[in-house]
Amino acid sequence: MAFILSFAALIPLDSLGHYIHWGWVEISVANFIIIILMIATFIAAITAPFPGRRRRKENR
Amino acid sequence: MSSSEIERQWTTRLRHRVEGKLPPEKLLPDTQPNYVSSWIYVFGVATMSALFVVIATGCILALRGPQWWHGSAYGHFINSLHLWSVEIFFFSMVVHLWGKFAMAAWRGGRALTWMTGVITFLASVATAFTGYVSQSNFDSQWISTQAKDGINATGAGAYFNVLNLGQMLMWHIVLLPLAAVALTALHIVLVRIKGVVPPFEENPVVENAEVTQ
Repeated sequence: MAFILSFAALIPLDSLGHYIHWGWVEISVANFIIIILMIATFIAAITAPFPGRRRRKENR
Repeated sequence: MSSSEIERQWTTRLRHRVEGKLPPEKLLPDTQPNYVSSWIYVFGVATMSALFVVIATGCILALRGPQWWHGSAYGHFINSLHLWSVEIFFFSMVVHLWGKFAMAAWRGGRALTWMTGVITFLASVATAFTGYVSQSNFDSQWISTQAKDGINATGAGAYFNVLNLGQMLMWHIVLLPLAAVALTALHIVLVRIKGVVPPFEENPVVENAEVTQ
């Protein structure tokens, strides 16, 4: 339980959220991180080799 | 009953049509084309898997009720599973959407597949929204009081009252999940009928191309 609570303490949830202000753009840090992660996942998905692909090419 | 009468029955005609459009080997294929061996094709199935967890945890929450999910450790756990499976659902769905947009996945007569995906996305957003206002805590009160002005400005407030917890809960646990699951099933059946969209040709043949010197 203490192990789980130590993880929970990393992100204080009882305080106000943090926001990024960039001209007319206003976005919460949490949402910004999620969008960055989605973009990173998309790039990784189209560039990372898929397991078994090389073996299939060799068999052709 | 003669064989010609049997052939005219709507059940016979429907069965022949389904067998023609979606034979068993197309519905549950053994292999996929070589181009499907890419991580970008994983996110559709990831979305569907997350939806399964969303529905399963939602059923447990419905069985036990708000006092349980707010007041017990096991309730908190299932409540968190419900939230995080929704996060994974939308995360995967957006990456799936980007991938299919980049592939122009509506090609080859797949417009209906694309459009069912679009409508499923919109239905999912509405389902998630009604979930946020159905939490029965201060967060849901805050979200619903903030949302009511926007909804009322569209004129939909007379039929869709975000301050009415009972109505929002019914939308969240009956109408919208039915729509989301039915649309997802239709989307998958259409993918199986038409197959996964092939990649763009490297050297496409351009018809009526003018050659300039």
